[in-house]
Amino acid sequence: MAELFWLIPLIPGASALLLVLFGAKLSRRWVAWQACSAVFLSFLLSSAAFAHLVRLPPGAPGLTKTLFAWISSGPFTSPIAFAFDHLTAVMTLVVTGVGLLIHVYSTAYMAEDRSHARYFAHLNLFTFFMLVLVMASDLVLMFVGWEGVGLCSYLLIGFWFERPAAAKAGMKAFVVNRVGDAAFILGILFLLANVGGSSFSLINKAAGGGLLPSGLMTLVAILLFIGATGKSAQIPLYVWLPDAMEGPTPVSALIHAATMVTAGVYMVCRLSGLYAASGPASTVVAWIGAATALFAAAMALVQNDIKKVLAYSTISQIGYMFLGCGVGAYAAGMFHLVTHAFFKSLLFLAAGSVIHALAGEQDMRRMGGLRKHLPVTFPVFLVGALAISGVPFLSGFFSKDAILTGAFAGGQYALWGAGLLGAVLTAFYMFRLVYMTFYGKERTAMEPGHSIHESPRAMTIPLVILAAFSALAGYVGLPVFFGEKADLFGRYLASSVKSGSPHLAVPTEGLLVLLATASALLGIALAFVFYRRTPALPSRLASRFPGVYRLLVGKYYIDEVYDAVVVRPLVRGAEKVYERFDLKVIDGALNGSAAAAGLAGKGLNFLQSGLVRDYALAFLIGAITFLGFLLL
Amino acid sequence: MIPPPAAFFILAAVLFVLGVLAFFVKKDLLTQFMAVEVMLNAGNLAFLALAKSLGKAEGQVIVLFVITVAAAEAVIGLAIIVLIFRQRKTVQTDELKDLKG
Repeated sequence: MAELFWLIPLIPGASALLLVLFGAKLSRRWVAWQACSAVFLSFLLSSAAFAHLVRLPPGAPGLTKTLFAWISSGPFTSPIAFAFDHLTAVMTLVVTGVGLLIHVYSTAYMAEDRSHARYFAHLNLFTFFMLVLVMASDLVLMFVGWEGVGLCSYLLIGFWFERPAAAKAGMKAFVVNRVGDAAFILGILFLLANVGGSSFSLINKAAGGGLLPSGLMTLVAILLFIGATGKSAQIPLYVWLPDAMEGPTPVSALIHAATMVTAGVYMVCRLSGLYAASGPASTVVAWIGAATALFAAAMALVQNDIKKVLAYSTISQIGYMFLGCGVGAYAAGMFHLVTHAFFKSLLFLAAGSVIHALAGEQDMRRMGGLRKHLPVTFPVFLVGALAISGVPFLSGFFSKDAILTGAFAGGQYALWGAGLLGAVLTAFYMFRLVYMTFYGKERTAMEPGHSIHESPRAMTIPLVILAAFSALAGYVGLPVFFGEKADLFGRYLASSVKSGSPHLAVPTEGLLVLLATASALLGIALAFVFYRRTPALPSRLASRFPGVYRLLVGKYYIDEVYDAVVVRPLVRGAEKVYERFDLKVIDGALNGSAAAAGLAGKGLNFLQSGLVRDYALAFLIGAITFLGFLLL
Repeated sequence: MIPPPAAFFILAAVLFVLGVLAFFVKKDLLTQFMAVEVMLNAGNLAFLALAKSLGKAEGQVIVLFVITVAAAEAVIGLAIIVLIFRQRKTVQTDELKDLKG
């Protein structure tokens, strides 16, 4: 079955096509079953391919399949070719596995929506493009998937397009991503011009073999990374992700937490040969990642919308992944990507369950005390929160620790410190969320007839499965003091990505683990003091430091700055162009040619008299002239 | 005795010019139609004279074709004129100028 691996993306693609064409005529039950089974089939095929892959001898290349060449121009060809190596296997399993759970969850969450079929069509289409992205064996086909997931993100953020905020958020996501994609295309073109091909193996080989000038490599790596900052919501292009929370919650879980936004991290790992060969680019990646991790975590501290907290948290966690990649710990970055996919989609889906229970309420100030009402959602949410905070023996602890250890081992102590501080903030905002939502007094503003209820089983079962993975997924990548061979995940990926920094001595690493644990517990303790024991403290603190508070609530006013510096000048310029060029030159030329044709018609009108004799006369004159020419 | 070929050509030319003049002078569709027939037969006469003087048979063949076509044309033309008269109660070309631009 493994040789059929190239069907993995095509099954959800075919299902999406059917749903787009006939979805409106099919029953809700059929639509839900079809969408889920398509992803389930992909998941089965991925598992089979994965099983085949791990049985291959070490060093053997993965599966490849070339379908046909879709661009063939002179010496340049770009095939539709899929590859399935160790790195792809991880992403494919995450996309289909987490995707399947989210599809199942959606069947209940979206059961009553008017556009049920459109929702599942777009969700399947997203799965298709995401799988194309991760399975493409060359950069050009990857870009097809890259743009495709962007399109689906736009469609699903604006799913409830009758709400102006949702339509606007979709547009914002699309436009901000365009900015990054422009740089991404430039990077691809530079590579095509200088490497002569776009396959990943070729690029990594050329970069590793020193065939490219280092300045060019840095330029290309940074251009591609700018594309990644757009897709993965990093500084300076992160602004679209918080607004993207206008979409349905399962979409936020699938696209804006688990899969699409981590595409940038995947891209950097896929091209780890290029990034490892370019020191300056790696430094940029690491510092942008660290800065984003801190910056976004600070914004998450003051958000009151439950989904916005998770959105800023996602930005911050992806910052960690880039930090890991930037210091050379690519496997650690991927490890965090996987664990994050589990616990963040768990948190989003559990938040969706809370929102569902409260009939659409998202403001945490009107929640509280939900622990008793949601006997399944609360414990799974707690597992997710503990995992993301880095509490020992849950998945987030191991993956975050791997990144921080990588930074420390690479001698990047400042980055390590930033990561540690970010860990405190992470634990703090997560437990602020937990205390505000599940503990304390009930502050719900629901009408009396509506009782708070736990979600149906189609929603809680995926939650429980994700909770199990959030708790246990970390054990595939244990730190070094469990033995040299404990890092299964790192050794598994060793053939696909560049290996990380040298290992630290066991006592040093033990100390780092203790510090990371302490920072997580410190964050939780602070949240306990602020939001459980003395709930007046936050507002007192806010009035004590009004400047800082306002800066955070205003999200550093980055949106306003972008608006003033980029958006409004562009809009004004476009209006000027519209007035001066569109209205005058283009419309003028069109109207002018139409008027000229009209005038010519009026001028020649007299020739058509309607009298047969006039025509006959013209005929006669013509005949005489013609004969005259022949004779003379 | 047979007149020289030039006489036939002159007669054909005179007949043709008469046909043209009649076509332009008369405003009656039926008369104009007859003028066209005169022009056709002027052409026939010229063909026959040439065939005789050059000693070739093609000219006579063409004349047979022209007669056939003229017969068909007369049928259709007269039918059209009858239909126009039924519709408009007139065959004066000056009154039939609906296609004026």
